[in-house]
Amino acid sequence: MYEFFFVLIPKYFPFLLQGAVVTMELSVLSMALATIIGFLCALGRTSGNPIASGMVAVYVEIIRDVPLLVVLLVIYFTLPQVGISLPGFWAGVLGLSLNVGAYLSEVFRAALGSVDKGEKEAGLSLGMSRFTVFRRVTLPQAMRIAVPTVGGYFIALLKDSSLVSFIAVNELMRQGTILISNTFRSMEIYFMVAIIYFVISFVVARLVRQVERVLTPRYLRVGQKATKQPTSTIEMAPA
Amino acid sequence: MIGSFEPQVPMSMPSSAVEPLLHVRALHKTFGENAVLRGVDLEIFPGEVTFLIGPSGGGKSTLLRCINFLETPTSGEIVFGGERLCHQDGGIFTQAPEKVVRAARAQMPMVFQHFNLFSHRTVLENIIEGPVVVQRRPRAEAEEEAHALLERVALGDKSGSYPAELSGGQKQRIAIARALAMRPRLILFDEPTSALDPELVAGVLDSIRALAEEGRTMIVVSHEMKFARRLADRVHFISGGVVEESGSPEQIFENPESERLKAFMRSIIS
Repeated sequence: MYEFFFVLIPKYFPFLLQGAVVTMELSVLSMALATIIGFLCALGRTSGNPIASGMVAVYVEIIRDVPLLVVLLVIYFTLPQVGISLPGFWAGVLGLSLNVGAYLSEVFRAALGSVDKGEKEAGLSLGMSRFTVFRRVTLPQAMRIAVPTVGGYFIALLKDSSLVSFIAVNELMRQGTILISNTFRSMEIYFMVAIIYFVISFVVARLVRQVERVLTPRYLRVGQKATKQPTSTIEMAPA
Repeated sequence: MIGSFEPQVPMSMPSSAVEPLLHVRALHKTFGENAVLRGVDLEIFPGEVTFLIGPSGGGKSTLLRCINFLETPTSGEIVFGGERLCHQDGGIFTQAPEKVVRAARAQMPMVFQHFNLFSHRTVLENIIEGPVVVQRRPRAEAEEEAHALLERVALGDKSGSYPAELSGGQKQRIAIARALAMRPRLILFDEPTSALDPELVAGVLDSIRALAEEGRTMIVVSHEMKFARRLADRVHFISGGVVEESGSPEQIFENPESERLKAFMRSIIS
């Protein structure tokens, strides 16, 4: 015990924290990209264009049915065979954002679909264009509905990013693996890795909740509208 | 608010001298196999309050929704304020460009059965949305006008509330204020009291009555027969997708001619 806290932690934590920084970078970049992918796909899905909607459906299905680890390995090892060679970090960002983007497209689709049709008609009846209705009526409501779920996916992504260690990105998990192969202290070091993941996720979860609280306007806190929110993040989070 | 009841003389009685504000000719609307409108002809004159009455499923609401193109008609002609919104061009249904339709809609906002207020915006924001976003009027001016409109529907203290915080009757009065803020030439009411609890109907009817008394042009789809009789300048009985009978409230309610209208009158009395 003494050795763990006063010898091993001071000795190995800095090295692990370097990895934690990479983990955060991976997660934030992937989340940003995933949000864009998810949003565009949701638009495609709801566009009424059979080609766009079909393509999105196929993409979502593939991501759902292929493990994230396999997607990452394909991007990193198989794509170079056809001339697309990405450094590990960016292969990781691509794989993670493709993964989360697919799930987010469903979240956004549900959120866009939950906006009352009557309110859109009211916009039209005031002389708004369809685009203005989307911008002024549909989007602001859908975004607020989606926030809690998107936050849940961010936390899931933070943890899933550990899979990127398989493609030689020196994030938290891989830094741990490297240490273990040099020291053979697997028990202690995995424990430290777990602590760091826990602290990051714990803090981020609190932050997300805070953001949620700030972004949830009064109209969603009162009355019947609140029931329109998608249910808990747990229910919608990737299995 | 309720005020006295002297029947106001409509600002303009239908006559050949006055151009109708809205002209509907041979309007058809089919949903798949189901022909909901089968050739509706209708003229709405400025300053007139027109009631559309008739059995459910007869096409009243569809007619109203076709007039502002929330539903696209299948065939027929609609002329609003001298502007042709749709017509038959060599037998082919032709709709005016999107811009023209939008401009027309902005002049004939609709008050919906289920209010359809923007739930993410406050009462004030709901009312100024059209003036500011569609008509590009200065926000300050729109807000000032909105406050005045709120006073008129007796909800001056609700400007900062969200729709979810209001009763159905209050929501509908806000929806009326939102329509008025467009400075409309015509207001379309689609069963404005049908979704309300009985005790809330009166307040909404009062607001509509006040508009009628100032000579607004309105088309009201309603099941409130007493109200129609007292307020209407002209009543159209719509059944089976056509205007079955038209006339003054006295003609329609006291001397119905067609069998269908007689049957309808019997059914609502019993």
